[in-house]
Amino acid sequence: MTTTASTTHDHPDFLAHHWDTPKQQFEAGKLGMWLFLATEVLLFGGLFVGYAVWRGNHPELFKFGSQYLDTTMGAINTVVLILSSLTMAWAVTCAQRGNRKGLIIGLLLTLAGAGGFLGIKYVEYSHKFNEGWFPGAYFYDKPSDRSRTWDDNLPVPGAGQLVVPVPDTEARSIEELGLPADILVEISTVVPPGQGPSGLEELALTDTVHTDDHAEHEMHALQREDRPANAHMFFNIYFMMTGLHGLHVLGGVGVMIWLLIGAVKGRFNEKYFTPVDLGGLYWHIVDLIWIFLFPLFYLI
Amino acid sequence: MATESSQHEGHPEVGHVVPVRILLVTGMGLLALTLLTVWAASFDVGNLNIWIALGIAVVKGTLVVMFFMHLRYDRPFHGIVFVTSLAFVALFISFALTDTTEYAGNLDPGDAPKVVEKLNVLGE
Repeated sequence: MTTTASTTHDHPDFLAHHWDTPKQQFEAGKLGMWLFLATEVLLFGGLFVGYAVWRGNHPELFKFGSQYLDTTMGAINTVVLILSSLTMAWAVTCAQRGNRKGLIIGLLLTLAGAGGFLGIKYVEYSHKFNEGWFPGAYFYDKPSDRSRTWDDNLPVPGAGQLVVPVPDTEARSIEELGLPADILVEISTVVPPGQGPSGLEELALTDTVHTDDHAEHEMHALQREDRPANAHMFFNIYFMMTGLHGLHVLGGVGVMIWLLIGAVKGRFNEKYFTPVDLGGLYWHIVDLIWIFLFPLFYLI
Repeated sequence: MATESSQHEGHPEVGHVVPVRILLVTGMGLLALTLLTVWAASFDVGNLNIWIALGIAVVKGTLVVMFFMHLRYDRPFHGIVFVTSLAFVALFISFALTDTTEYAGNLDPGDAPKVVEKLNVLGE
């Protein structure tokens, strides 16, 4: 029936029936992978556009928010990801040379790098969540956390003073806060401003009843003095971009495990290493995106 | 039969094997550039900082794509596919930024665009 390639080549197990030659199969897979990588670039490209526009409008938000990222952690993660890219590239070379042991070791090292990256990211994320640096409307810390901080740190209110719990609000003036109009609230800083843009826990409201002075008492308490309004915008784009990247790392872990199973089973050899090669390409693009995310968020 | 593969010794039927030595040199280069970019960020040279950081990132990315991803030895068409996607992202960013710079003067530092003032104007 087929008088073309099958007369000169035998049909190896790894060759799907709809391809004539291993080379044809390999080249098609490789082209498909590069097309997929192009869509990945475009996917992240949309977020990079969002980053550029937001930062173009409000560079001060990025300068401010970036202070709260740990550059050391970010740099370590960059090194971890670069090393795992190196071990992946080495694993591909091993696969191409039919070195099964090297391939397995390379994949294991790459997996370790991916796990290390995610572990460091977990530490970073949980620190931010503990500080209340959530994206968007959830940016401020929770009331329960606040009252705990107050119990720990604040002096017991004296006579004529009343500690007013700060409602979970973004209100920036007394009017907006909706406190009774006949009570003027004097806001004083009880605890010196500490670290963190969430700001709430280190500030408290002490209430003294005035009726004379109707001057505007701006509610500075809801903000650290130098914190720009909309500081959470930085954390929006930070969590969106590093989160999507983190999901890609997680996907990469799945790919590595799948490749590892195949390598242990001896599926790959010097004639057939396409999945290792393509999985490697995916892993490198994840590394490539982080190479840009790191300076854009941590090194402002 | 393997006409295309005759240019390298021991070249496999498909693909291109990048020697471990080249991979190691590439990896070392990437690590050195990471140190360089962290070090460079410690100097405040204003708007130039981001361009230095992006320049180093582009060099690092090129190393990854050329050697780890074998594009230097790969079919040129794969490079065309990849660079085209980058070009479209660049186009997207630059067009969006022309609009952004147009409005930058109207913005309050640290705040969203003048929402409150606009609402007041509408109310009167």
